[in-house]
Amino acid sequence: MKKTVKRGYIVNSAVIAAVYALCIVLAATLGREGSFKLILAPSIWQCCYLILLASSLNLVLGFMGQLSLGHCGFMAIGAYTAALISLAFQRAGAYDDKSGPVFLAILFLCIISAGLLAAAFGVLVGIPALRLKGDYLAIITLGFGLIIENVINNLPFAGQNGLAEGSAAASLYATGLGFGSTDRVTYLWAGIGVTIISVALMFMFIRSKYGRAVRAIRDDEIAASASGINTGYYKVLTFAFSAFFAGIAGALYACCNSSLSTASFSFTNGSILNSTFVVVMVVLGGMGSLTGSVVSAVIMFILNYQIANGAWVDALPGFIQGVFTYPMLVYAVVLIVIIMFRPKGIFGTYEFSILKTPGDLVRLFKRQGRGKKSAGKEAAAQ
Amino acid sequence: MSEELRPILETRGLGISFGGLKAVQDFNLRLYPGELAGLIGPNGAGKTTVFNLLTGVYVPTEGSVMLDGEVLNGKKTHQFVAAGVARTFQNIRLFRQMSVIDNVKAAFAKDIKYRMGAALFRTPAYWRAEAAMEQRALDLLDIFNLKEYAGALASSLPYGQQRKLEIARALATDMKVLLLDEPAAGMNPTETAELVECIGIVRERFGIAILLIEHDMSLVMKLCERITVLDYGQTIAEGGPEEIASNPRVITAYLGESDGEEDASHA
Repeated sequence: MKKTVKRGYIVNSAVIAAVYALCIVLAATLGREGSFKLILAPSIWQCCYLILLASSLNLVLGFMGQLSLGHCGFMAIGAYTAALISLAFQRAGAYDDKSGPVFLAILFLCIISAGLLAAAFGVLVGIPALRLKGDYLAIITLGFGLIIENVINNLPFAGQNGLAEGSAAASLYATGLGFGSTDRVTYLWAGIGVTIISVALMFMFIRSKYGRAVRAIRDDEIAASASGINTGYYKVLTFAFSAFFAGIAGALYACCNSSLSTASFSFTNGSILNSTFVVVMVVLGGMGSLTGSVVSAVIMFILNYQIANGAWVDALPGFIQGVFTYPMLVYAVVLIVIIMFRPKGIFGTYEFSILKTPGDLVRLFKRQGRGKKSAGKEAAAQ
Repeated sequence: MSEELRPILETRGLGISFGGLKAVQDFNLRLYPGELAGLIGPNGAGKTTVFNLLTGVYVPTEGSVMLDGEVLNGKKTHQFVAAGVARTFQNIRLFRQMSVIDNVKAAFAKDIKYRMGAALFRTPAYWRAEAAMEQRALDLLDIFNLKEYAGALASSLPYGQQRKLEIARALATDMKVLLLDEPAAGMNPTETAELVECIGIVRERFGIAILLIEHDMSLVMKLCERITVLDYGQTIAEGGPEEIASNPRVITAYLGESDGEEDASHA
């Protein structure tokens, strides 16, 4: 049993590494082409941080069963940390042309410190907040999201109107990472790599004693503590672990924008970058499935992009176009449909695995085939 | 039950009040290694409250709980478990969305020494610990004939098996004292017989002390060596099964007073 598990890890890692290498090669060859540079590369980058955001929230919401509505607050912390650190380095003259090993080292330093600071806030918020459950925890984390937005707005060095190109964080965005201007795809490999490693680490977390403890807390907190699990410790740990990756998502977000403002992370923000929509992503993909979070983050991104930019929207009747100017309505409908027809989300608690998934798919289709046949018989009997 | 043996679990003057209500008062219990004692009483007598006091769910307002000489007052539930007190629940509390074997493994949490880094990067320490734990969990499930269900969801087990799994999970914490809260509640005679067999196996294999709350009198009389009877939070009788069965105060507590004078004279 242990051997097949180990083999599974090796095969899956090898396949993921191969796919990753392929992506990088494609990016390098397509990198000079206009549409890739202008549309696909930024889209992939955005998918990366949405994936991180959704799967990190899934740890708290899906695996631990605690509703947190302030996830974008941690993302904001990460984004501002990354931007301010890069700015400091640039002012100190550590780099100027945004390439080379020094810049790369600074980039990774930004990403890691963004995660660490967000995790530190995760501990600070988690210790008092996680004594509460359900609605009360939702309210307190919602409050945290609002507080963080206002605190950042009032920090003297963060800029009341946000950090913008030409002022504070211009350093990171203007050319480097580089969706500012000339060389858009230079560091795409770093973004994808960070995302893959982060999701892998989250997967390792849930498939260890930590994950078992966390799922035990979700299923029955009283029984968990009666089984010797220090529920308070594991809850705060998981909250901080989740905040760490939300912080990294924030750093990636900061890297692909030429300006940074807290409005991007607020509740009134109509795009998909908003704590409630992250919850929608997690529910859509399946609470308790990292695969689900990855897939649903991509689905939500595509939906969002198509509603805003899709050519097919122009061909629709006028009133539907009218609806599409309020994308919130569309996401609300998506959520209602999911809850009605597939309350466990697309994947439920299923996780993708190269070795197992093909067999599972075959079984699924067989079962559905049988289901249809028996339905036919019933109809005939009537 | 000889007096020179030191009790494994001992309470002295244990009590708790909720506002003005004294739910349990002056509860004294001595549980010796290898002993199977029963705790009975009418509904609302405070039996489950005693269990909650003995597992750290409630903090006693008076008296103390001692395990093997160590005072556990004021500690949290998981610290009670770490010290060696495990329990099952009146209405089964399993980790329903987890597999049977994961239910048992979750209870090993305090024994697994690998750290976060080892878990995240799958170091040899992780593989060793997980493999050892897998084996321990399977051995434990095997004792209760649950091995074949190892991969199934806990919620998919039949009722009697769920009860067994709950006991297996409690045993996984490597405890010295096992508290069973109405293990036979809602069971049919076959399941109860299986449970009795299962408790026998536990005593034989693990040699631990068991404290049992139960409403099924035939089960209590058959299994327990010593019985404590609670009524309105107070201990009204203590002794062997026959002694308890014929104790007039116990009969009064359960059936109410028939004429009054007769029972009062005995008390």
